[in-house]
Amino acid sequence: MSATDMNAAGLRRDERLERLKLFGLSSPAVLIVLIILVIPVGWLFYVSFIGADGTFSMENYERMIKRKSYARIFSTTFQVSLLTTGLCILIGYPLAYFMSQLPTRVANLCLITVLLPFWTSLLVRTYAWLVLLQKNGLVNNWAISLGLWDEPIKIVHNLNGTLIGMVHIMLPFLVLPTYGAMKAIDRDYLKAAANMGASPARAFWTVFFPLSTPGLFAGALMVFVLCLGFFVTPAVLGGGKVIMVSMKIVSNIELFVNWGAASALGVVLLVLTVAVLWVASRFLKLEQMTGGGH
Amino acid sequence: MKTTISTAVVASILASAAMAADKSVTIASWGGSYQEAQSKALFEPAAANTGVEVKQETYGGMSDVRLQVSSGQVTLDIVASGSGSAARAAAEGLLEKLDYGVIDVSNFYPTLYSDYCVGGDVFSTVYAWNTDTFGEDGPQSWADFFDVEKFPGKRAYRGKVAGALEPAILADGVAPEDVYEVLGSEEGIERALNKIRELKPHIDVFWTSGAQHAQLMKDGEVDMTTGWNGRFDNAKKDGAKVAYSFNQALLDYDCFAIPKGAPNKDVAMEFLNEISKPEYQDDLPKYITYGPTNKAAYDTGEITADVAAGLPSSPDNAAKQVPVSLDWYAEWETIAAEMYQEMLTE
Repeated sequence: MSATDMNAAGLRRDERLERLKLFGLSSPAVLIVLIILVIPVGWLFYVSFIGADGTFSMENYERMIKRKSYARIFSTTFQVSLLTTGLCILIGYPLAYFMSQLPTRVANLCLITVLLPFWTSLLVRTYAWLVLLQKNGLVNNWAISLGLWDEPIKIVHNLNGTLIGMVHIMLPFLVLPTYGAMKAIDRDYLKAAANMGASPARAFWTVFFPLSTPGLFAGALMVFVLCLGFFVTPAVLGGGKVIMVSMKIVSNIELFVNWGAASALGVVLLVLTVAVLWVASRFLKLEQMTGGGH
Repeated sequence: MKTTISTAVVASILASAAMAADKSVTIASWGGSYQEAQSKALFEPAAANTGVEVKQETYGGMSDVRLQVSSGQVTLDIVASGSGSAARAAAEGLLEKLDYGVIDVSNFYPTLYSDYCVGGDVFSTVYAWNTDTFGEDGPQSWADFFDVEKFPGKRAYRGKVAGALEPAILADGVAPEDVYEVLGSEEGIERALNKIRELKPHIDVFWTSGAQHAQLMKDGEVDMTTGWNGRFDNAKKDGAKVAYSFNQALLDYDCFAIPKGAPNKDVAMEFLNEISKPEYQDDLPKYITYGPTNKAAYDTGEITADVAAGLPSSPDNAAKQVPVSLDWYAEWETIAAEMYQEMLTE
């Protein structure tokens, strides 16, 4: 055996040792993920296959196919989540852009106002919207006294009210990553584009916008996924007609004598969400969204 | 002198501490003006008289009990429950059997206690209307409630099936005594649902709690709603323009149960006996217009004839109403609830 071979063997041994050490270092993290994620989700899967009589059964899934309400509830959930995400983009992107153009001190002040609602309870904010938007609420009363409309209009206890409440709660989740991505864009790129003869609009769409998309996608994804599990806001502002999966989970827990009836809903929501993310990842680069693509 | 006083004080503090440590119960109820009434009329005076320390909580119903019992972490000793959900929880084995050797129910209406749940109050599911919109003489039957031509206006209706099908089937012309017979099949349930489907364009809100339907009337958000009579009386006291009628209302009762494996089961049993006594029950109508389950409460002189006339369980009012059938709920609630959700999501 030559010296180089021995060297190579030694290097390989060192490499193995280092890998083991690194794994040892990360094992607490792996353990935590196992305990707080893998085991509960596995348990959820298991329970969803347990019927009312305590034995293995598909009844919790069969019920979802038999009763049309389940498909409708899932479609409402995705519809509300998509609409909320879309509205958040429409409002949040220009807001983030505006903030990114401001001097740092003013921008920080704006950031604080964006973050401020975070410090108020979600429940309080939701009920505040109810007070504002109801038939004899502030919005209707002001609008009528200003002559904007004559009769109280129905803004809450329906899909509109739900969306208003949810967009308000979700907006910071979109604005923050988008703003972060925009701040990281080198202004010289835009100057270079202008130098090459691009109009401001063209410079924005071909240079600035593509560079800001990782932040925008990250924010949009966060908003969408959080919306899927929303409970309080649609329950309070939806008037009992906007029924999302989380609400059905609660009513199934009350109604059926087994946890499986509710767990199965959680499993289906999880699978559908993963499917949506997978489809999204075919078109968008997911790793870019988390900031790893630079 | 000084020493004797302080010794006496210390002794009495020790004694009361010992008593509290000995006897305490945790009671869960529904919150709002309902639990406030229970607390003022039943829990607090009974605690003061017996020395039992009472801890109060609000809870989300029998699903909380199921969670506690199935995980073996029972913290609640007494829960207030609707009669129907208590019956289902009992069938599931979530409740302790009540010892009627300890709890004296000799003066109770016989229909207002069961093996697992002892009645606490009698209430009605009524239709209530905004007196600004319809005046004092509002709808007088469920048929009127469903008649949007005679009584145009926005409605609120229950978001759950309990107490939601009976009004619809009555409005559809079924006689009060036949309600549960007609509802005892999927076709019957569908018939009631179709009646609600007709009204649905006029239903602005499907309410989920008593506090909510009281608020809806108080804020004038809807012109008419179904709901529990006591909540409307309390809303009226707060200035809401609301009236209701007992005609064709659904007569039901709330009861107290002990979760299986409750940590202070024996104390809970004694405490239930205490709050079932007429001297506490006769105070309940002062705080909420729900009737006592102990007949003797009418004889103590605390409930005046005027007050009695406004209670769901007074003979005159009871005669106008449809008693809720626990048997129907035990057999049909799950199926009906799924069908109801289908109607809601259409």
